[in-house]
Amino acid sequence: MPGLDRVEYQPVDTPSPPLLELKDLVTVFPTRRGLVRAVDGMSFAMREGEKLGIVGESGSGKTVTLLSILRLVPHPGKIARGEVLFQGQNLVHKARAEMRKIRGKEIAMIFQDPLTTLNPVFTVGEQIRESMRIHNIVSSPDGCFSGLFRRGKRSAEYERVIRVMRDVGIPSPVTRARNYPHQFSGGMQQRAITAIALSCEPHLLLADEPTTALDVTIQAQIMDLLNKINREHGTSIILVTHNLGLVAEFCDTIIVMYAGWMMEKGTVDEVIEAPKHPYTQGLLRCLPHISEKQEKIYPIPGLVPDLAQLPPGCPFSPRCDQARPECREDRPIPLTELDGGRLVRCHLYVR
Amino acid sequence: METSAYAKTPVDRLTYSWRVRLRLMRRNFAYFLTELRRRPLALVGGIVVLAYLLAAVLAPHLTDHDPTAGNLRQRLLPPAWEDGGEAAYPLGTDDQGRDILTRIIFGARISLAVGLLSVGISVAAGTALGALAGYWRGLLDDVLSRFADLLLAFPFLIFAIGVMAFLGPGFLNLIAALTFKGWVEFFRLVRGEMMAEKTKEYVEAAKVVGQSHPSIIVAEILPNIIQSVFVLGTLRMGYMIIMEASLSFLGLGIQPPTPVWGSMVAAGRDYLLTAWWASTLPGIAILILVLSINVFGEGLRDILDPRLRIE
Repeated sequence: MPGLDRVEYQPVDTPSPPLLELKDLVTVFPTRRGLVRAVDGMSFAMREGEKLGIVGESGSGKTVTLLSILRLVPHPGKIARGEVLFQGQNLVHKARAEMRKIRGKEIAMIFQDPLTTLNPVFTVGEQIRESMRIHNIVSSPDGCFSGLFRRGKRSAEYERVIRVMRDVGIPSPVTRARNYPHQFSGGMQQRAITAIALSCEPHLLLADEPTTALDVTIQAQIMDLLNKINREHGTSIILVTHNLGLVAEFCDTIIVMYAGWMMEKGTVDEVIEAPKHPYTQGLLRCLPHISEKQEKIYPIPGLVPDLAQLPPGCPFSPRCDQARPECREDRPIPLTELDGGRLVRCHLYVR
Repeated sequence: METSAYAKTPVDRLTYSWRVRLRLMRRNFAYFLTELRRRPLALVGGIVVLAYLLAAVLAPHLTDHDPTAGNLRQRLLPPAWEDGGEAAYPLGTDDQGRDILTRIIFGARISLAVGLLSVGISVAAGTALGALAGYWRGLLDDVLSRFADLLLAFPFLIFAIGVMAFLGPGFLNLIAALTFKGWVEFFRLVRGEMMAEKTKEYVEAAKVVGQSHPSIIVAEILPNIIQSVFVLGTLRMGYMIIMEASLSFLGLGIQPPTPVWGSMVAAGRDYLLTAWWASTLPGIAILILVLSINVFGEGLRDILDPRLRIE
């Protein structure tokens, strides 16, 4: 936010140490029908200021990946293996109290449905202030009696609430801070959510389908807002969505997930222009193009597999039009590195 | 500095200084009153409850008579408007010559005290246990829920009679008997609501912001539930007052000569054909109080729920 010192924005092409690194992360859910691996062997690294997109169908483990980073996987799920390195520290073994200090302050998250994410009985201003209060972001101004009723701190916090609200583009924030969530429109609610996430100036923002519940024009506004935050504050963003168009426009890097597996990773241009994995190719064929009149959309045949009963070998093999016999063999498929640091997990590229 | 169009206050005053807090409270109270005025039934109910409360607090100053000392020469005098009534005893006298109005006023003390205390303790215990059980589930929830089911299997009156017979009569024992089962209703309500609220996204969002579990329970979820607790509380209060009256009627509650409505009704029963007022009038006092509490409680629910608010 203006007036506050933060890390200078690093252009994407200068090398810098990773802000976040996942190493072979496995998150499992024990169910009655067996162990479900919602995230299976996820590894990636992202730099400060990077915009990473994770795409995949429903149930492919995108959201669980985000929740694993925050260590908020819903019971009975748990992280079975792997590391989440944030600024060099492994979050998987952090104490709970330490973890709470990171949530909201260092890593913030915004959700899909803005209205249910806001607590209906508190004013929006109060909810934005809450996060600052928890993390003690605003220090009490020095002075003899200003701290007596903690009024100095309150007003400093409130001033910052107003500033954050203005920053995310909520008009007349002083009045709106006193409104309840249901008095906001959908787009304004999502801005309020974003304001809560940004109130403590996080280094990393996890956006879980932030625009799915909004209509198209509002979507564009929210994506503009996220872009502005990334540009002006250098906040890294992980965008989880099933909207490939959104990722193509917004992100630097893209990860394609299927059944908990990372299938492909690369820069957006490379992946969109020349998808390597048959699944990514299939996804892109599903997209209608607005500019050209397409005769036909090609859906991927079949359904997302039951995670409790995955086929042996590659989970995509039953739906894959290029599947070979070795794809169905029960052995792990290595991630293959192609030129330019692109990663693909497919037998077609294993040398 | 920016000023709000709403209240013409500079930004730094928007924060909760005591002056602004006072103004907000006054505005909320004014809102409450306007809303109450739009619901005449609830308003009347509230006024009647307030009148009972005032009467209970000011009891010794409202009457010259002694609530316990009788005058046998004046026994079973009819109310002042009937033949043979005396202006000194507006609602007549009972079988021991005590002023019925005085005894009704003093009886309000016991009834309201029992109602407030038993509901208060039930709410506190039920809400705390219900919140814990609903949030954490597991063994704690299983044990508490089965115990609650066990208590619910008994009819309240029978259960209270049993407890009173075991503990013996008396004010504190009466409260104990009523709360021993009274908390279950609040437990079940809060547990259910907690389980529903817990799955909502704002709870997840609170975790993401770094709030601790106790803080989420108390500061995020409970404010969403407290409205229904409040409404159930007012409704149960009427019920508790009836329970107290029933136990006193049966002779298991507060013992004579303390003026209690239930035992007044019981004592007047023998003279029902010759002196109807001795048991009817205390009965009507119970009826009006409980009815008013219920009507007021219903009105409160409509007003207090912020989700129904349109500003």
